[in-house]
Amino acid sequence: MENFIVIYQALPFLLQGIITTLGLVLSALFLGFIIGVPLSVGQVFGSSWTKKFIGIYIWFFRGLPILVLLFLFYYGLFNMIGLNLSAFVAAVLVLGLRSSAYQAQIFRGSIQSLGQGQLLAAQSLGMSTGKAIWNIILPQALRLSIPGWSNEYPAMLTESAVTYAIGVMEVLTRGNFIASRTYKPMPIYLTCAIIFLILSYSGMKILHILEEKVRIPGFEE
Amino acid sequence: MKGPEGMNQKKELILRIKDIHKSFGGKEVLKGISFDVYKGETKVIIGPSGMGKSTLLRCINQLTFPDQGTIWLRDQEVTHHNLREINLFRQKIGMVFQDFNLFDHLDAVRNVEIALIKVKGMKKEEAREKAMHELKKVGLGKQASLYPAQLSGGQKQRVSIARALAMDPEVMLFDEPTSALDPELIGEVLGVMQKLAREGMTMVVITHEMGFARSVADEIIFLEKGKLLESGPPEILFYQPKYERTRRFLFKLTELYGDLNGKK
Amino acid sequence: MINLDFFLEILFPSLLEGLIMTMQLICWSIPIGLVMGVIIAIGRVYGNVLVSFFSKAYIIFFRGTPLLILLFILYYGFPSIGIYLSPFVAAVIGFVLCSSSYHAEYIRGAIQSVRSGQVLAAQALGMSKLSAVFNIVLPQALRRAIPGCSNEIIYLIKYSSLAFMVTCIELTGAGKIVASRYFTYTEVFLVIGAIYLIIVSLATKLLNILEERASFPGWENRK
Ligand SMILES: Nc1ncnc2c1ncn2[C@@H]1O[C@H](COP(=O)(O)OP(=O)(O)O)[C@@H](O)[C@H]1O
Ligand SMILES: [Mg+2]
Repeated sequence: MENFIVIYQALPFLLQGIITTLGLVLSALFLGFIIGVPLSVGQVFGSSWTKKFIGIYIWFFRGLPILVLLFLFYYGLFNMIGLNLSAFVAAVLVLGLRSSAYQAQIFRGSIQSLGQGQLLAAQSLGMSTGKAIWNIILPQALRLSIPGWSNEYPAMLTESAVTYAIGVMEVLTRGNFIASRTYKPMPIYLTCAIIFLILSYSGMKILHILEEKVRIPGFEE
Repeated sequence: MKGPEGMNQKKELILRIKDIHKSFGGKEVLKGISFDVYKGETKVIIGPSGMGKSTLLRCINQLTFPDQGTIWLRDQEVTHHNLREINLFRQKIGMVFQDFNLFDHLDAVRNVEIALIKVKGMKKEEAREKAMHELKKVGLGKQASLYPAQLSGGQKQRVSIARALAMDPEVMLFDEPTSALDPELIGEVLGVMQKLAREGMTMVVITHEMGFARSVADEIIFLEKGKLLESGPPEILFYQPKYERTRRFLFKLTELYGDLNGKK
Repeated sequence: MINLDFFLEILFPSLLEGLIMTMQLICWSIPIGLVMGVIIAIGRVYGNVLVSFFSKAYIIFFRGTPLLILLFILYYGFPSIGIYLSPFVAAVIGFVLCSSSYHAEYIRGAIQSVRSGQVLAAQALGMSKLSAVFNIVLPQALRRAIPGCSNEIIYLIKYSSLAFMVTCIELTGAGKIVASRYFTYTEVFLVIGAIYLIIVSLATKLLNILEERASFPGWENRK
């Protein structure tokens, strides 16, 4: 009973964290998308130097733990270049850059699975490579990427909790704050867990609906 | 550059292919191929697989760049240009692929109109009208809103023919248009091509459908080991080939694809 | 201010200690996580209603909950119900719970993608269902799950850094302590980043070799 009272009292404070968490996750996914798409195009169609450079970028951001990236950028690199960013913005940038590496790999896989034929056909009609990529390759590749891309959302959601380490006021940070004050860690942490589960589950549902919407008729995988 | 004038007054030169060479990784696939294609003519290219037929066709519209040699479309040189100008030439050279290469995310009519809009800059309604017209010409007016995955192989290939035709090309290139099709679907595609030929379209066709070649081709070209071994009208090439190798290849084809009249 | 001495005398010795801790975390968590993953997956596919439900709930809960919350529950929450775990043990348990749920999901998918004809054929030869599962289905399914599980192992290596959040001083934690004392975040975390890149790249290579070893002719072509 006592536990429920604690939860009840903590809930408004925790729920405010949802805004931060979702804002962080959605901005980072968006940033990752904006950067990830050109990266994937560069990786497939770019010169060998472009490919190498992008390869190193992806290797770097995929190889480092999120915690190390946060520390490195927030306390280190951003300060070094004179950027004085809030923890939230820094977290969006770090999670976004990191996500761009993962998203680029998803998109690259889809582009490659299309094969040469689509590009050749577009070129045979007189389309420039740029137009062909924009009008023919990307619309298909992005659709093919949706299942893989959908996994980025829950992954990003669970990872966003790590930004607690640099003090972003997301759900877990707030939970921790209350837990240390009320000496009731269990109910608070469990509530946080349930909030994340709900966010994850409802987000996936929305993505599934989206997936159905953009499906190409008759096209199975 | 000024193209060569045809010796025959009546014949209007559309394509001139001269001394085309192409190597892949040190292996010479094309070793100097030359021939001319005149307006309204249908040229059929035959030859064993892996001998560079597709490569030759792709050289014509610069999907593959030849290492050496020149190609003219009418009196304009196609080779040795920048990509912008090549894109202009490609609009005038239609191509049909063995595996269709329809754009899977677009329904049939949008497959046909997309290049009209994005390349030719045509207005949407105008492009739609033109696309519908082309689709009807290949007998697919009713299938306009179906997606590639909802079409049969034969229908896909007819859409891809309509897509190429919509650009009003001077010449059409076909790379084994029926070899990915189930036998019962081959006829509908060959029928469309036959009609095109009758209507005076200039065509270069790689095919092993000997019945089609016999009835439609003005000239058959036998390509072997990267060289044009011999060429001639079907009656001559089929019944009195100069070379034993040609005879042997044709014999194998008839075993596989039926006799020269297209019957099994 | 920052010189070679800093790296040689201060940073590297602490990082070495941290690295050893990281290795211990990984070496305990990976195998236990894998075994748990297989068990949960089998329970999910072949278990009775209750077992299957429990396995499904396990997978959903531990996949959907941020690992950091799990660690907090284990380390800060459990004492309130009378269970006291050392930072190291709490971290390992958290890693095992999290990674096993991911492994289980990959393995479940792989089991279900083995064609039912395989089991029928085995049963037709007189094998029991159990024997068919262990001798025919699992050998195929586990091979098929390798890419996903490999991925998860790589994640686990990187996630081991979260142990620091429950005061288990592994590589990242050791670095953080030095970095904040000497205010040398960029240098320290670039070094740490390089170490993780090396570990992760080595592990990826190893897992790729394993995957190649485990494949058999015609493998790639099968749906
Ligand atoms: N892009 C390419 N890169 C490397 N080799 C190629 C390429 N395209 C074709 N080839 C090679 O050139 C040869 C001729 O191929 P192709 O023109 O497709 O023959 P055909 O159409 O007569 O079967 C083949 O040996 C093929 O492997
Ligand atoms: Mg070919």
